[in-house]
Amino acid sequence: MSDSAAMFEQSDYKYGFVTDVETDSLPKGLNEETIRAISAKKNEPDFLLDFRLKAYERWLESEEPKWANVNYPKIDFQGITYYSAPKKKPLLNNLSEVDPEILKTFERLGIPVEEQMRLSNVAVDLVFDSVSIGTTFKKKLEDAGVVLCSISEAMHTHPDLIKKYLGSVVPIGDNYYATLNSAVFTDGSFVYVPKGVHCPMELSTYFRINDKESGQFERTLVIAEESSYVSYLEGCTAPAYDNNQLHAAVVELVALDNAQIKYATVQNWYSGNPTTGLGGIYNFVTKRGRCAGVNSKISWTQVEVGAAITWKYPSCILQGDNSVGEFYSVALTNGRMQADTGTKMIHLGKNTRSTIISKGISADTSHNTYRGLVKIAPRAAGARNYTQCDSMLVGDRCSANTFPYIEVGNASSQVEHEASTSKMNEEQLFYFQSRGISKEDAVNMIVNGFCKDVIKELPLEFAVEAQKLLAIKLENSVG
Amino acid sequence: MLKIENLTAEVEGKPILKGLNLNVQAGEIHAIMGPNGAGKSTLAKVLAGHPTYEITGGSITFKNQDLSELEPEERAHLGLFMSFQYPVEIPGVSNRQFLQIAYNAKRKARHEKELSLPEFEEILNEKMKSMEIRTEFSQRNVNENFSGGEKKRNEILQMAVLAPELALLDETDSGLDIDAMRIVAKGVNQLMNPQMGLILITHYQRLLDYIKPDYVHVMLDGRIVQSGDASLALELEDKGYDWLIKSPEGEEQ
Repeated sequence: MSDSAAMFEQSDYKYGFVTDVETDSLPKGLNEETIRAISAKKNEPDFLLDFRLKAYERWLESEEPKWANVNYPKIDFQGITYYSAPKKKPLLNNLSEVDPEILKTFERLGIPVEEQMRLSNVAVDLVFDSVSIGTTFKKKLEDAGVVLCSISEAMHTHPDLIKKYLGSVVPIGDNYYATLNSAVFTDGSFVYVPKGVHCPMELSTYFRINDKESGQFERTLVIAEESSYVSYLEGCTAPAYDNNQLHAAVVELVALDNAQIKYATVQNWYSGNPTTGLGGIYNFVTKRGRCAGVNSKISWTQVEVGAAITWKYPSCILQGDNSVGEFYSVALTNGRMQADTGTKMIHLGKNTRSTIISKGISADTSHNTYRGLVKIAPRAAGARNYTQCDSMLVGDRCSANTFPYIEVGNASSQVEHEASTSKMNEEQLFYFQSRGISKEDAVNMIVNGFCKDVIKELPLEFAVEAQKLLAIKLENSVG
Repeated sequence: MLKIENLTAEVEGKPILKGLNLNVQAGEIHAIMGPNGAGKSTLAKVLAGHPTYEITGGSITFKNQDLSELEPEERAHLGLFMSFQYPVEIPGVSNRQFLQIAYNAKRKARHEKELSLPEFEEILNEKMKSMEIRTEFSQRNVNENFSGGEKKRNEILQMAVLAPELALLDETDSGLDIDAMRIVAKGVNQLMNPQMGLILITHYQRLLDYIKPDYVHVMLDGRIVQSGDASLALELEDKGYDWLIKSPEGEEQ
């Protein structure tokens, strides 16, 4: 404890506290029994247990990917706790049933739930370690026919939808971490927007890893029926421990004809000690959306400023004709962070369009890599992609890489790629200062100017939070 | 208002200024001329407080305050302005945003009320009009993709908005064709007033055809070796700097 307290001070990571709640955990380690135990604890239908066991089999046969531009010691998958839930009955009807300690945590995180319920039009689902804590605004959503609940709840209330769509975008054997997630996921959010419904509010989830040795394997599934619209936000934090914690989430989005899904993430996991690199979250996440219907649209917006290692490529499969995929990303690395992130745009339908705007900022001795694939199938006539990929270096000990992969299968498509690398330098800062603007404000303006094409895609309150986060992160990195 | 006494300064251990003296009073225009490497730009950067330049001796007093103690932004708040020889590009930050924040930072430091965007825009539009600058200029990112002439005009616009008490123009004429120089000079002349001091750093005397200096100083090897009135600039134009290099104190005898 004293170690982590010291870490917290050094790192200035204000979410680095630990909440003292009793948890109901399984012993460390992974085998078939663990999976059966998770499934039994959640009282799952048989098809889910089959899904998990199939995934586990596939996982045993697969190997950890090695191609990412990151370095870390081998993960001991037997040293992880795969199920850790606050020891209270997991199914809660309203927030007053939640352990007050946990609610206090959320207040310290700056999400005053009560306040949010009253003042803003945001419905929040809170996932603490692995279990969903309670969903606000349920009534208003219910009236609109929108379902926002934990995925464990949805297994019982909407088993047909789960059966139909779980694994339909990220298949069971997709990649090493997604496969692991399919075997052991413990909770996450489920969103269903019925035909023709414009979701009346922004939906939001806050993820928090609290327990020292638990991995977080949440699973999110968002389904937008024909001509519906939904905007979904997630935020992430974790306490400062000096061991590494694994976060291997899977997010699947499905948009049917004329439907639109916007999915935004502000990720600020603990990133480890900035000097020694000790501790921090391994953020190995698979996010993918399928524009299944004609004219459908999926937009990913991410502001990634935390985690020791990020390995994440929110992608779009543009299956329906005229469907649209967008990826707006800011990835900031400082201290000794490593990020390998980007997107995949897979054009299958005719006249499908995609836009990729990626802004990478690296500071201190961190490594920041953009990796993206634009693939246009032979049958995707008239497809278009525009990619803009900018990197900013702060200081001269960091690195930025860009690996764009482009595969075009027909002659009627257009692909554009623009890239730039710039350096935030002393001359720029001096220029601001000589006009009377302090160095802090200068950094803030330069970074937010660099990122504004992405930030403007976020809902207003998240945009403000994201701007502040970027400024705070770079405070100590500029000379 | 500005008093520099026996100033010495170095960059990365290399002495550049070697005992420089200069006095500027309100209402005066001083031109500092000299060949490449004489230390003219160093003088400008030292006055503005650039972090790579280190003062090793002497003193700089501006409005009775020791400048060397102040951060660059504090010098700006006090009323000092330097126009850059090579203005820096700031992608993603609009001219208007930049100017408003700079303007309000100065007001805040002086315990004056900060202006809202509409209030500030009124001032900005008026300045741009008097400087004959097109309104779309304020929407463009600071110096990004600006031509050489536009960058220099942008510096003068900043000077107009920030209304300094002492302005230091570092090679504002370099890289400008004669038309662009005329426009920039016109702007500077408009801004000059009896409460303000102006220092022009230049290679060539042609700028001085448009902005008439009260004093001309010649800088060589980190010192001012010769001072005179506007006629000195013409003499330099005619004779070059060589006669001063050969006998630095020559004119005194």
